[in-house]
Amino acid sequence: MSISQQYCTFFLGQECFGLDVLRVQEIVRSQTLTHVPLAHRMVRGLINLRGQLVTVIDLRRRLDLPDRDDSCEPVNVVVQTDDGAVSLLVDEIGDVLEVSELQFERPPETLQRSSRDLISGVYKLPDRLLVVLDPDRVVSLPER
Amino acid sequence: MSNNEIFSEFLQETHENLALLDSDLILLETNPGEKSTLAQVFRTLHSIKGTAGFLGFVKLQDVAHSAESLLSRLRSGEMQFKETVATVLLQVVDAIREMLVSIESTGKEGPADYTGLIARVDSLKMTGGAAAPSAPSPAPVFNSPAPVINSAISVLQFASSPQAPSDTLVMPANDEPSTSRSGTSDMATGDGSEVRTSSAADSNIRVDVGLLDKLMNLVGELVLSRNQILQYSDSHEDNGFLAAVQRLDLLISELQAAVMKTRMQPIGSVLNRFPRIVRDQALVCGKKVRLEISGQETELDRTLIEAIRDPLVHMVRNAIDHGIEAPAVRLSRGKQEEGRLRIDAFHEGGKVIVEITDDGGGIDIARLREKALQSELLAPDVIAKMTHTELLRLIFLPGFSTADRVTQTSGRGVGMDVVLTNIERIGGTVDIESTPGKETTIRTKIPLTLAIIPALIVSCGGEQYAVPQVSLLELVRLEPDQAKRGVERMHGVPVYRLRDAMLPLLFLDEQLEIESDRSPDDEVNIVVLQADDRPFGLVVDSIRDTEEIVVKPLQKQIKGIPVFAGAAIMGDGRISLVLDVLGLARRANVISGAKNHAISDLAPSEKEEEVETEPVLLFASCAGGQMAIPLSLVSRLEEFPRGTVESLGSRQVVQYCGGILPLIDVSHELEQLRLRGSGVPAASVASVPARDEVESITVIVYTAGDQQAGLMVGNVLDIIHEHIVARSRANRPGVLFTAVVQERVTEFVDVPLLVRESLFDVIQSTT
Repeated sequence: MSISQQYCTFFLGQECFGLDVLRVQEIVRSQTLTHVPLAHRMVRGLINLRGQLVTVIDLRRRLDLPDRDDSCEPVNVVVQTDDGAVSLLVDEIGDVLEVSELQFERPPETLQRSSRDLISGVYKLPDRLLVVLDPDRVVSLPER
Repeated sequence: MSNNEIFSEFLQETHENLALLDSDLILLETNPGEKSTLAQVFRTLHSIKGTAGFLGFVKLQDVAHSAESLLSRLRSGEMQFKETVATVLLQVVDAIREMLVSIESTGKEGPADYTGLIARVDSLKMTGGAAAPSAPSPAPVFNSPAPVINSAISVLQFASSPQAPSDTLVMPANDEPSTSRSGTSDMATGDGSEVRTSSAADSNIRVDVGLLDKLMNLVGELVLSRNQILQYSDSHEDNGFLAAVQRLDLLISELQAAVMKTRMQPIGSVLNRFPRIVRDQALVCGKKVRLEISGQETELDRTLIEAIRDPLVHMVRNAIDHGIEAPAVRLSRGKQEEGRLRIDAFHEGGKVIVEITDDGGGIDIARLREKALQSELLAPDVIAKMTHTELLRLIFLPGFSTADRVTQTSGRGVGMDVVLTNIERIGGTVDIESTPGKETTIRTKIPLTLAIIPALIVSCGGEQYAVPQVSLLELVRLEPDQAKRGVERMHGVPVYRLRDAMLPLLFLDEQLEIESDRSPDDEVNIVVLQADDRPFGLVVDSIRDTEEIVVKPLQKQIKGIPVFAGAAIMGDGRISLVLDVLGLARRANVISGAKNHAISDLAPSEKEEEVETEPVLLFASCAGGQMAIPLSLVSRLEEFPRGTVESLGSRQVVQYCGGILPLIDVSHELEQLRLRGSGVPAASVASVPARDEVESITVIVYTAGDQQAGLMVGNVLDIIHEHIVARSRANRPGVLFTAVVQERVTEFVDVPLLVRESLFDVIQSTT
């Protein structure tokens, strides 16, 4: 018997990523973003989530991907961290998928970019690969 | 109730009991006949012992037991309460406190050995009794108007295990009757009736601080939601709705006030530690000190109470160590042998003021000055110009100490600066007044609360920012036509003349590295702020409004930015970042680490520094800026026809009075000095390139000994005799300071230095 786990999936460009569904607090569309000057370039700003201040990290920048074009309206994936909720900006939201442990594999050795640390593994789905991110590492930004 | 809860209940209670013991013992020391206090000390120790035994803390129980038996002898009148007794009992209190800390962190009493202490207590019990005459009435007297009811309560509490009271409603520990749980024989039979009547006990509950904080936050948000509704309701005509909104508005305001009050604590919870601290410190220093405290009931936010605790302790210790003289010295000065230390707390102008006054020797200004010179923390010329108040403020300089010796508690030169920083961090101020030989007062002003602060909302680059009003001095608006003249550049640095004082300007857009909406033709809005006693102007796009805000901390991803203190959610739901004025000033070097600047022109409006009263010669440099030199340095003013200028090496000279007069172009030379100072090799090309078209050159002839030099200037403007007020220190070598003269920023040139430097240059290039 295999242990299955649920992932909240989303897209950056064509690539499909997933976060442990239990760590995802909610998905929020277009929020007024308050720019934070002098902040890390990966930080897009702050949003007011029902009276709570939430820092918004652009996941594209976090993963060293090129910025999305202006026509694309990003979506906030709000994850819970030990420092309160933090939002990750993604291009498009996908389904919650239930995957089996048997499909899991560590990232290949050839993946040597700095983003390797952020990726805990890959699930081989029939039609695509689901890259699973480590939420705690994603929200702790590297030194500038 | 789980074991853990009993545990934390015990810790909390015992900590409170210990604080009570401290103050009671000090009271007993001054007033040994106070039977009711003695009985209370006895009860408190007894209940600590009982609970410790119940929880299995043997060491703790033993220590408490030994003290308790000593106390029982005191209580029966076989012994008298003396200083030695107080010292030992206070040591017991410390020992218990030590164990508590250990229990709190590790769950055990710790490895320390207290048998020595117990032996001391026991020996005192044996010897102390012999000397003491027996007191007439050993039975403690209690004024208990309703003994029947009280004993009924105590019976009830016996029935419901007092060690494990219900989790929500807890009577303050000191009001709990003692119990015979440990079964010691010396637990007097009459103790059951020794219940103090206290109405407060029945109406108090103990609430988790975290819960209060949460409540406070929620109310803060509720207030903001109300503001949103209020804004929304403005566009509605429905009377029923409007009435409801109005009622909601009132209720929420009241709720907010009430919740704020729950966080308020009397400052007494800090001040009641002082009798002990003063006693210990006085003993260590060999001084006699009487402490007077007033205003214990003054309330302020509990987070602030914690924040002021350490600074206050430090200031009190300082006052005893440095302020109050040794008894012999006091007598020789015609004062009472016993020094007086007063702590007054009170409300004034929406702030809490705590004044610490000692009637000691005061602060010796001459010695401060001497120490300042020795310490080399400041330049001698800066010290020479300082006013009385500024000299007093020297004690806040990091690394500055007037103590000749280092004691256990003071004299290390760290201290008052930390006090100042800590008080400023919570938006407070520290002032100091001293009358030599008579007294010193340190006055601390603290805001009532930090939870909701008034802030000025400004906007820049399309975003809005909140500036805490505590650091706000004034607002200046320059209309477009004024703006062009108003903002001057002093060597590239923007300044504004605010009532003749030079105010350095920061542009918020530049500081935040954002794009401003402002165009050069717009009006200029200057927010005059104060950081560390140093005023500066912050130029913003527009000034909105003042608003009460709840400052929320930033998350770790953006926490490291020093210019932001947090963020706040505004009434309309938008987020404003809250500017950290101190951080902003530091980032822009308005205040440097060494604080020299802040002191040299501290509070210019209060007392202006007179540095030059002799006449000065004003002139325009070849580059255009206004400069000045003392007239005494000028031997003659000369005009030379262009053609008489000859070259000597890289230097230009003229024949003058039968000699050769080397010429120095002031603005060129200052530039060279600056370049040399920054490590760039000086350009060898000499001056006068731009003035080929002029017929003659204006030269100020400067003579020092047998040396002469001619200073080439643009043109001589005036000779003035007015008092010149130093406004700011120089920003480049060769300039002594800058000041406003005849409404223009003027650089005062250090002529001897300039001549020395440039003639050195001549020698270099001609040999």
